[in-house]
Amino acid sequence: MPFSDTHILSTILFTPLVGALVLFFLPRERPDLQRWIANAFALLGLAVALPLVWRFRSGPAAPQFQFLADRVWIPTLDVHFRVGLDGLSLLLVLLTVLLGAVAILSSWRAVHTREREYYISLLLLQTALLGIFLSLDFILFYVFWELALVPAYLLIGVWGGERRLHAAIKFFLYTLAGSVVMLLAILAVYHARGTFDIREILSHPFSATDGWRLEKWLFWGFFFAFAIKVPMFPFHTWLPDALTEAPTAASVVIAGALLTTGTYGFLRFSVPMLPHAAFHYRGFLVALSLIAILYGALVCLMQQDLKRLIAYSTIGQMGFCTLGIFALTPLGFYGGIIQQINLGISSAAFFLLAGILHRRRRSRQISDFGGLAAPMPNFAAIYTIVTLGALGMPLLDGFIGEFSVLRGAYEVHWIWAAFGLLGITLTAAYFLWLYQRIVFGEAASPANSAHETPRDLDAREFATLIPLVLLIVWIGVYPQPIFRALHAPVARLVEAVHPASYRAAPLPVPLAAPPPAPAPRPESK
Amino acid sequence: MPPLDWPGILNQTLQDSFSILPEAILAVFALTILLTDFLLPAKQKFWNALTALIGVLSSAAFLFELAPQGGLAFDRSISIDPFFIFFAFLILAATFLVILLSVRYLEIQGEQRGEYYALLLFAAVGILFVACGNDLVVLFVALEAMAISFYALAGFLRGDRRSNEAALKFVLMGAFSSAILAYGFSILYGLSGSTNLAVIAQRLAERQMQIAGWDPLATLALVTVAAGALFKMAAAPFHQWAPDVYQGAPTSISAYVSVASLAAGFALLLRLLLTVFWPVRVEWVAILSAVAVISMILGTLAALQQSNVKRLLAYSSIAQAGYILLGVVAAVNPDGSFNAAGLCAAAFYLFVYAFFNIGAFAIIALLQRKGSIGDEIDDLNGLAQRHPAAAILMLIFLLSLAGAPPTAGFLAKLFIFWTLIGTGHYALAALGVLCILPAAYFYFRMIAAMWMRQPDPDSQPDRDLRAELAPPPAFTRAQRLAFGAMALVTLAAGILPEQFLRLANYSLLYPFRN
Repeated sequence: MPFSDTHILSTILFTPLVGALVLFFLPRERPDLQRWIANAFALLGLAVALPLVWRFRSGPAAPQFQFLADRVWIPTLDVHFRVGLDGLSLLLVLLTVLLGAVAILSSWRAVHTREREYYISLLLLQTALLGIFLSLDFILFYVFWELALVPAYLLIGVWGGERRLHAAIKFFLYTLAGSVVMLLAILAVYHARGTFDIREILSHPFSATDGWRLEKWLFWGFFFAFAIKVPMFPFHTWLPDALTEAPTAASVVIAGALLTTGTYGFLRFSVPMLPHAAFHYRGFLVALSLIAILYGALVCLMQQDLKRLIAYSTIGQMGFCTLGIFALTPLGFYGGIIQQINLGISSAAFFLLAGILHRRRRSRQISDFGGLAAPMPNFAAIYTIVTLGALGMPLLDGFIGEFSVLRGAYEVHWIWAAFGLLGITLTAAYFLWLYQRIVFGEAASPANSAHETPRDLDAREFATLIPLVLLIVWIGVYPQPIFRALHAPVARLVEAVHPASYRAAPLPVPLAAPPPAPAPRPESK
Repeated sequence: MPPLDWPGILNQTLQDSFSILPEAILAVFALTILLTDFLLPAKQKFWNALTALIGVLSSAAFLFELAPQGGLAFDRSISIDPFFIFFAFLILAATFLVILLSVRYLEIQGEQRGEYYALLLFAAVGILFVACGNDLVVLFVALEAMAISFYALAGFLRGDRRSNEAALKFVLMGAFSSAILAYGFSILYGLSGSTNLAVIAQRLAERQMQIAGWDPLATLALVTVAAGALFKMAAAPFHQWAPDVYQGAPTSISAYVSVASLAAGFALLLRLLLTVFWPVRVEWVAILSAVAVISMILGTLAALQQSNVKRLLAYSSIAQAGYILLGVVAAVNPDGSFNAAGLCAAAFYLFVYAFFNIGAFAIIALLQRKGSIGDEIDDLNGLAQRHPAAAILMLIFLLSLAGAPPTAGFLAKLFIFWTLIGTGHYALAALGVLCILPAAYFYFRMIAAMWMRQPDPDSQPDRDLRAELAPPPAFTRAQRLAFGAMALVTLAAGILPEQFLRLANYSLLYPFRN
């Protein structure tokens, strides 16, 4: 095996870490040097991950996990440094490196205190997130899972808004509560299977021979950790505080990549490792998802704070992801994963846009804005695309995800899809209303008119937003590569949950057939 | 009566003396400090610290010599085995660090006197004998040597009322616990007619065979001896002395006591539990489980309410002692056989804990000024701006105490839970894991104070504001060495722990159970 095959993942994983170490030894009195080096390492992190796009092999002959590396780490505890990549983690790794680079670039002018610690925290957070997606050893996974908490905690608490201390400790304790329970579950899995090797464990899912009681407890152990991270209703209360108070870059990474670890956990562990429990509880979990969709949308309709609104919209959109996943149908899995990626892109874009507005006006209140179409035409154009993508306009990314989720849910029960549709309508309502209040109308508020006309986007802001906009359009127009990458992971998930029912028919590849109707509404009747 | 074999006896005594050379060297250096202290002018007192450091280093050098030999000495009352070597190195390392950190602290306090270092060395001598003692008398005398040195050190700040109070409380409660321990030892002697641990173990095993059931006398001996050892470990419900002593004692001594007393109690407990009390292991597993649970819960809940960092760290030490005891609980398999992994986990925990706990106390010692103790959580406010290096170090130590990766504290806790699950103690593991959560709250309160709050002059009207806001003085060379070592061990044992785990495993080579 060539050198690059076994080391590419380690290179991707440790590039941000090396960057953090370099920053640590640079003088703190040179913030510009810190900025340049941090950006260089973020771009380098993106560059070393790009070869995955063409080196990754999808297709029936390809192995499940590619670019495997396996080194003994702690022999006494039987812990290895095992990393590998499948189609699911491929997409999430690419999303993470992209958002990491965007987040670091976006902080150039935004952060003026303790730049060194700030960039170190961002780079460490990125390493931890990549580690979560790449680990194939449970302890390694858990180390990265916990490692992500501390830099995120510092980012919120040190560089955040007014109520940052409250938000930071709330974030930390909520997510830590989930992870300590998961630690117990991981140790119990080790006790039952005698290994921390995730591939080994996934190839022997828990079944009746292990006892329903064990499977049930394991499911809830993992569920709490992942549900808090997602966050699912009713574990969501940390998210609005954290995302509202965090600095823009941290909001981008937390909303875009950190939340993704929750759905990743469901897809990697809960469903394929404990398929019976997942099937048993799916009605309950779908109900929670539907509540999240409707609740998130309704709360959004009454928000006055721009960042808080985006945070609640994230909760609602995450409901679609978990709805798709826990429908446990092929299209549901496809849709849930794609919706997750869409959400990562669009919420990152929304937080960047909110950060841009905040820098111009020093305000997060929606009422302080209005009539931005005239002074900021480029901003308005990008904002339009992002909004339309998020509310599910065909030919933009949201449509593909939501459509697949609803199709997948409809296969099980039409009422699930009906509630989902209601959620989509409400989502469109609050996004369009928000759009109206910000882009159109008069610059009415007195605080608003006191300021000079806001500048339009500068080059750096363009550079952060353009990649996201391109992705939004590209996923909407030509999602086939994503479906192809996800084909094998989804097939495995389906195989684990429904060994019989889908074996007869080949796994459907959505959109390979003639494209579906422009709006999902008639399908669900 | 045959004539005495004088050359033989002399030869034997010489050989035996060789095996206690590490302790002897420490004692000689301590006495040297007491003698030369008079000759040093007031400004040159740091030479005492240097003498003490050289003493610790030469003692460690002889330990290296001693390590491969092993064996029994002084009529089997001293046992030189890997168990002893492990604890001896740990204690010498802790002593070394504390001496390095004490110099600046004592200067600020205006108490730079030679007795301090001499007492530190005497305490170390006591603990070393606790670790190698194989005889009840040796163990008791050694434990008292340690305790009396600690009493004097706790009250070393003569002008400070809290320091005096700490010493008095420490003496009274310590005397009480020693009495209980002595009572336990006397029962053991009564049961076996010997003070030698090997003999007692054999007699008790025979007795157990005869009774073939619950043995009330052996249980009584176990309870009293365990109470004495657990008192030294500051495990609940024998912990009452710890918060007052840690708060009142000089901060460097709080750091030392929190680690050294714990290690001494732990060594005593292990040696007795695994030899003498092995027949009644069902009883001691139950006792230790209860003590560990109470320590974790009580230590964690009490620490939640503290606003004084030294007091908070005292309660956190109580909780940490609970985790270490869980490792001992996991030393017994469900079928009653010996599980080395449990002890290895406990030894690893103790080893890394020594470094990051001393580190956390040392940062508090760093904040000390003339006239202001600087040990409230509010005194940490804005430390990241005032002294970034100290804030980063404290972050590492606190993360490790909280059990967050990539620090040693995380792996230590993981290892404990791993062995607990392996030996079927699911409820204990669950409880230990759940206690991490409230504990994280108070450790992160300190992190938040350092990194997220601003120093607030208004909140401390009585203090000298300029001193409060001025950055603490830069690290001295000694502090740099000590902090570097502590941070290095905390991170290295968290990222590449295998060597440390082997070290912990090595400590069990002594054939406790074949």
